[in-house]
Amino acid sequence: MKTKYFFLSVLAMTTLLVVGVNAQAAQAPLKEVKSAKGKVSGANIFNRLLKKDEQRNAAPPEDGIHDSANDGTHVLQPPLIAYDGLPTSEFGNYVDWVKSLDDGLLKPRYDLSDPTVEPLVMDLDIVREVKASMPDVVFPHKPHTQWLHCSNCHPKIFIPQRNANVISMSAILLGQKCGVCHGKVSFPITTKSCTKCHSKPKPADWKPPKSEASLKNPWR
Amino acid sequence: MCAVRDIIKSHSARVLVFFDEFMEGVSMFKSAMIGLLGMLAVLMLPQAAQAEYADVVINNYADAAGMRPAVFPHWYHRIRFRCKVCHADLGFKLKAGGNKITMAKIIDGKFCGACHNGEISWSVENCGMCHSGVPGTPTQIHGSTVQRLVAPTYKSLGKPAK
Ligand code: HEC
Ligand code: HEC
Ligand code: HEC
Ligand code: HEC
Ligand code: HEC
Ligand code: HEC
Repeated sequence: MKTKYFFLSVLAMTTLLVVGVNAQAAQAPLKEVKSAKGKVSGANIFNRLLKKDEQRNAAPPEDGIHDSANDGTHVLQPPLIAYDGLPTSEFGNYVDWVKSLDDGLLKPRYDLSDPTVEPLVMDLDIVREVKASMPDVVFPHKPHTQWLHCSNCHPKIFIPQRNANVISMSAILLGQKCGVCHGKVSFPITTKSCTKCHSKPKPADWKPPKSEASLKNPWR
Repeated sequence: MCAVRDIIKSHSARVLVFFDEFMEGVSMFKSAMIGLLGMLAVLMLPQAAQAEYADVVINNYADAAGMRPAVFPHWYHRIRFRCKVCHADLGFKLKAGGNKITMAKIIDGKFCGACHNGEISWSVENCGMCHSGVPGTPTQIHGSTVQRLVAPTYKSLGKPAK
């Protein structure tokens, strides 16, 4: 009896050790820098806050939210099988949904049961001037109305009138305005996706407005 | 102790096998207890989730009713349906967990039940196809920009402290 419990506890502690070491290795992918004088403290490693995708488009049993002990999980389709042959992108699902649709590689229904119903597409671009150095934002109604209905945006998210809505990047990152969908289901906000929205270059003579605060007059 | 037992049950069947035996000897073998707790702590570490972008975990009621949370894959459905079908025609609100979906509503033909009825898609008796989430996973939309921020913006945007 006694040996059995001792054995079990040793087993448990070994598990702890192995998993713990693995977790540390995952956090610090760079090898330790060894030198004769000493070694760099763990607090000063690279990538303290950077999180990288270890695996893109993981299959359901390996994705961390599906329970692999559930039989149904293993029947679900791995995304990569479905994405085969679709144009790729650098973010989100790593699929260019707009191009896939335009190229006719996908035919999602616009009606629950009738596959022949065509969407009500409206081709109207809205340009939103951006005060900062970023290129101006072009909101294209076309790709939106291919997927969505006017009532998904108007009037709850946006008043249907040019420049009647106050939109800012912080609101978007908070999940409001464009951020209701972008960063949730439609393409997310990341360094590589900025120019998807910020797509109209500033005029050649455009200069960023100067801040008025100065040391002499910090209160303006 | 009951809660701990539930957690262990849901995390690893292997632990469960010797759990009952194990508990009998606990008071006598402190080291065994420490080992067990250590193992438990490891099993409870948040898993590095890398689920597909826009997968929604819906867990308003499932856990409490002893079912695994439901997982809704947007990518799979948007290949077959435009957003308009669900978010305009079927009335799904644009908020994870915001629709208060229950099985009673589903078999009544609402929400998932508008399609998972044996006509447009496979029928509702395939519990494990929808209820496939890791037990205890909270309601969320996966891979969202907000989840990926290093520091949450919503904290810094509150009213300035005085
Ligand atoms: C507009 C119709 C529709 C609605 C609403 C709907 N589904 Fe589906 N779902 C489908 C269709 C169609 C399939 C594909 C069936 C097939 O390929 O045999 C599917 C497949 C699935 C799959 C399997 C994916 C795979 O990998 O095979 C899951 C899981 C699923 N649905 C969950 C849900 C959940 C959860 C809800 C409600 C929150 C829901 N669905 C609502 C139409 C719908
Ligand atoms: C994805 C969200 C979205 C959808 C879907 C959408 N719109 Fe808009 N719409 C906008 C935005 C954003 C603006 C610009 C508002 C602003 O500049 O403040 C706009 C502006 C407009 C305007 C004002 C144009 C002007 O010149 O003043 C009209 C009219 C309009 N939309 C009609 C529609 C119609 C009709 C549909 C459906 C066919 C539709 N919208 C679908 C987001 C959307
Ligand atoms: C109701 C949801 C919704 C809202 C709100 C919304 N979008 Fe979109 N947007 C979509 C969807 C769906 C697509 C299709 C591509 C995808 O899913 O990634 C899309 C695509 C786009 C594209 C085209 C990308 C391409 O590949 O050509 C641009 C640009 C864009 N959105 C900008 C905006 C801007 C700017 C706003 C805010 C003024 C906005 N969107 C608000 C849902 C939305
Ligand atoms: C979904 C579309 C979208 C994406 C993606 C996007 N932006 Fe924006 N951005 C906007 C809109 C809309 C505005 C508001 C323009 C206006 O004033 O009408 C804006 C405004 C801004 C501004 C001006 C300050 C402000 O808050 O109004 C800056 C700077 C900016 N964006 C930077 C970025 C950077 C950097 C990225 C990439 C990480 C990015 N944006 C990605 C839509 C987008
Ligand atoms: C088409 C997908 C789907 C299928 C199939 C399905 N469910 Fe659900 N079920 C859901 C969703 C979505 C919820 C809401 C989850 C939540 O908010 O916790 C839910 C909730 C529940 C709940 C808790 C809420 C309530 O109604 O009391 C139970 C229990 C449940 N399901 C049992 C089952 C059982 C048993 C089966 C098989 C006979 C089943 N479900 C099949 C999608 C599904
Ligand atoms: C088959 C039905 C279906 C389709 C098609 C669909 N969705 Fe959804 N969507 C859902 C369900 C179910 C939820 C979760 C609702 C809940 O938990 O109550 C959801 C949630 C959302 C949310 C809320 C996320 C959050 O928590 O903030 C957004 C945004 C969204 N969908 C956008 C879209 C866009 C954009 C498209 C088209 C590219 C789309 N959806 C297509 C069913 C669908």
